[in-house]
Order: sequence, then C-alpha cells, then structure tokens
Amino acid sequence: MSKKNIKLMQGNEACVEAALMAGMKFFAGYPITPSTELAELSAEKLPRIGGKFIQMEDEIAGIAAAIGGSIAGLKSMTATSGPGFSLKQENIGYAAIAEIPLVIVNVMRGGPSTGLPTSPAQGDVMQAKWGTHGDHAIIALSPQSVMETFDITIKAFNLAEKYRTPVIVLTDEVVGHMREKIEIPEPGDIEIFDRKVPGPGEDYLPYRLEEGDIVPKMAPFGAGYRYHITGLFHDETGFPSNSTDNADIMLKRMISKIEDNREDIVMYDEFMMEDAEYAIISYGSTARTVRNAVKTLREQGMKVGLFRPITIWPSAEKEIKAVGRQVKKIIVAEMNMGQYVQEIERIVKSDAEVFHLGRANGEVLMPIEVVQKAKEVF
Amino acid sequence: MSKQTQIRLAGSGGQGMIMAGVILAEAAILDDKIAIQSQSYGPEARGGASKAEVIISSEEIDFPKVIEPDLVLSLTQEATEKYGGSVKAEGLLIIDEDIVLPEGFNQSRVIKVPILRTAKENVGRAIVANIVAVGFIAEFTQLVSRESVEKAVLGRVPKGTEPMNKKALSEGYALAQSVK
Repeated sequence: MSKKNIKLMQGNEACVEAALMAGMKFFAGYPITPSTELAELSAEKLPRIGGKFIQMEDEIAGIAAAIGGSIAGLKSMTATSGPGFSLKQENIGYAAIAEIPLVIVNVMRGGPSTGLPTSPAQGDVMQAKWGTHGDHAIIALSPQSVMETFDITIKAFNLAEKYRTPVIVLTDEVVGHMREKIEIPEPGDIEIFDRKVPGPGEDYLPYRLEEGDIVPKMAPFGAGYRYHITGLFHDETGFPSNSTDNADIMLKRMISKIEDNREDIVMYDEFMMEDAEYAIISYGSTARTVRNAVKTLREQGMKVGLFRPITIWPSAEKEIKAVGRQVKKIIVAEMNMGQYVQEIERIVKSDAEVFHLGRANGEVLMPIEVVQKAKEVF
Repeated sequence: MSKQTQIRLAGSGGQGMIMAGVILAEAAILDDKIAIQSQSYGPEARGGASKAEVIISSEEIDFPKVIEPDLVLSLTQEATEKYGGSVKAEGLLIIDEDIVLPEGFNQSRVIKVPILRTAKENVGRAIVANIVAVGFIAEFTQLVSRESVEKAVLGRVPKGTEPMNKKALSEGYALAQSVK
C-alpha cells in the first residue's frame, strides 16, 4: 500500500495542506481575492485537528491575532493580497522587532490600492522587503508551481521557527489559483522545525541569546515565565530600553541572524546555465514563461539560461554575482514595472549589462515576448 | 510542445465549465499524465461568458496558460463569439447545436452537438451539461481514459448526485460515438 498521495490541487490549497503538515494550529485573517481559499480551507480544516481559525474585522487585526497566537506557542499564519498586505505592514515590523515566528502569505494581484483584484502581478517584491518602516531583515520565498508552494510553505514555517522571524510566502494569482499535480509527502518524510523553548524552572530572560543558539529561546506566553513583549527596542528582559548601545546590539543581532545564515535560507534554481552566455532572471509564475522561452531560444542557437531565485529576500547575492560574471547580458523578467531588477543591478554592478522586461496590467508575460526581448538585446 | 493539447471550455458563469476543466485535468493526472487547469476570475464568474482552460501533456508544462487551443468547446452564443475564434486554424471547435457560428469564422473543423438538450432530455437536468461535455471530449479526443474520467467525476460532484452525473457522462460518450 505504498500508493503515492497524488492530487490535483490549487496553489492556495497546497499552501494550507503544507501549513497543516508543518504544524499550523492557528490562522487569523481577513479574506481577500486571490487569497481567499487560504482562509476558507483553514476555517474548514483547523477545527478538525484541534486548531483555531478566526476571521477578524480587517487585515490589521488578522495579523495582530496571528502574532498573538504565535506568542501563545501555536504555529500561526495569515494570508492576504495587495491591499491587505499594505495594512499588515505595521505588524510585520512588530513581529520583526519582537522576534515572533509567523508566516504571512501574500498572493500578489495587480496594484497599487485595490488595483486589479483578480489579475496576477509581482508588484509587492520591494514592499515585502521594505514595506514596514525601519531597518530589519526579512525572509520572502516565491514559488513557481503548486508542488513548490507546498515545499516552500513547509520551509517558511521552519525558517520562522528557527530564526524567530516573520516569513513571507510571496506567491501570485497564477500559482495560487491554477490546479496542478502535487505529490503530498508522508508526514515522516518532511523535516519539521519547532522553536526552542526554555526548560521548566529555568532562569529565563526572553531576549537573552544563549550559547549555541541562533535566537533566544521562546517561552509560550502564559506558561509561567515573567515575560514582556513590545515594539520598542528592549533589552534581554523584554522591557523597553532607550540605550543606544543596547539598540545597536539588538538590531545587529536581528539582522545578522538572517543575513549570516543565507546558506540555510537561500534557495534558487538554474536551467541551462552551464554554458550560458546570456541569462534571464525570473521568479514565481513568470519563471515558467521564461523557461519556455529559454527552450525556444536554445533551439535557435542562442546560449541563454534561466536563473530563478526561490528565496527573494535575502537575495541569492553570491549566486547572482556569479551569474553576472559568467554572462554578458541579463534580462530580468517580472510582472511589474521594474523592481527586482534593481536588486540584480545592485549585485551585478558592471559585470553584466542588465535589462528589464515587465508589465503590470494584469496580463502574464508571454513566452514570445521574452523571446523577442532576448533577440532584441542579446 | 507538440505533445501538449490545449483545451478551452467556454460557457456562461454557473454552467460548471471550471468543474469540467478540473475533471479533465484530474483524469489526466490519474492517467499519469501532466495537466494544468486554470480559469478566468472576475465578474463573469456570475453570468456572462466564462472560460476554463486545461493543458494535458506527456511532458512537463512550463507556461501554464492556454495560448492557442487545439480544442474549444462552447455552450453559449456569447461564449462562442468571445472565445470561439481563439481555436487554432487546424483545431477543433465544438459548439452546442443552437449556436449560430459568428460570421468570419473559417475554422474548418466545427462540430455542432446537442449537449444542452442531451442533459435536459436524456438525463433530466440541464445542470449536468458540463458532465455531458466532459464525456464528449474524453471519448472524442481519447486524451484520458474512461476509468479515470469516471473516478474524477465521482470524486468531484456533490454527494447524492453520483448516479445522475454518471448517466450524464455516459450520454456524453454516446454522443461522441454518434458523431465520430
């Protein structure tokens, strides 16, 4: 009876399946197209496994409740799209400074504002990094398929727990809504990471980093430990501190816990890059358009390859730099007017010439457009 | 690329064209093929012309959307006018019997089939027209096995409606055999 568990599923459905397998016990949010299936399915499935779903009055309260759930010790998720992602920004910053593990799914649609509710876009890439104010590090992952949505969601929960940080699953309407084959692994076959908690009776300081740990241990709120959480800079006790020395230490630790662990966090994929003289960099559903175009260009004798960042933030700096050194020219293809191309230009510098191919009118990029752009600039 | 078949199913919102697309894609996966199903979301999801798309392939599908369908099936006049012309020149356009082919259509392969009437008269419910359409496509194209289509239909339709939908599927198969 080792029949594989193969299903036809939407990206959004796969995200919920993965979240449950990763240990999600709490979902709070406010439904918005094209992310609504995430709320619907969480509402249906969480109560059956002893979890909780709550629909809040708006997106702000949705993330606030999810933060609360996580502080209480439950793996928590919220999901949204463009306008709701804007509303969640303040609390993403709160989760970052208070170091609360949390998964935020943003199924990107056309913006700004209410924009194009039912159409795909990749216009929230920079917002995922800098949407909340102040210096901070963030993790954002972008899947190109239903199967990868599953894998990435598991990874998102693991990274959130491991690094005590909000993690953004940055998917788009195309991947969220399309149905595709998925093979759901056996629970025993996937690696699940749970946050480290203090032992009973331990002399506990909620923000004290102990030897051998990446982040301070996190006691579930209400479990008997003296505990304070604030969005203000705080010392090891969790109580506010105005000390500039303390702020310096804390901020650097919060950023370096992610930046220094790129090896563990950064995922990427390459297609026909071995002998490539030209590269196209693309992510999410657009990378599938590019993969198709790369095959066409190869048939026509052009040495073109695809580099696909799966981890958008922190960026695959080392690998992208290597691509820049390998090829003469790079096209960055994305469903926006020019966002991740700025990150690529920053990394590649003068090693390669960088071009942009993008659009934000709600239509996906077509393979023929990528082929034409490549022929024009390569 | 030639190993791909791109299908567009069109009708009015509520006719269950998305469900039909989901069933075809699921049947293909049960047959160990690769398939992707997508749809247009929006106001047309309630009335108006709506469409569902399926790609069935023997190899990995990169670009997930239908560009030039090999087959378009349309159940309404409005949907035919909107999506009928998208079928590729050597492709196949299947339309319900009462639809008047819009002027300027030069598709060489157009089949008129009484899908809605079959659902209404032979099964007794117009609502199963989508399942009749699934049976018709499955038999006519031989893209998916009957066993898998049946399994997909029974797995997706509401509880209690299985016998009616099974009948609708058989009617679709019979319809395809009669025009082949």
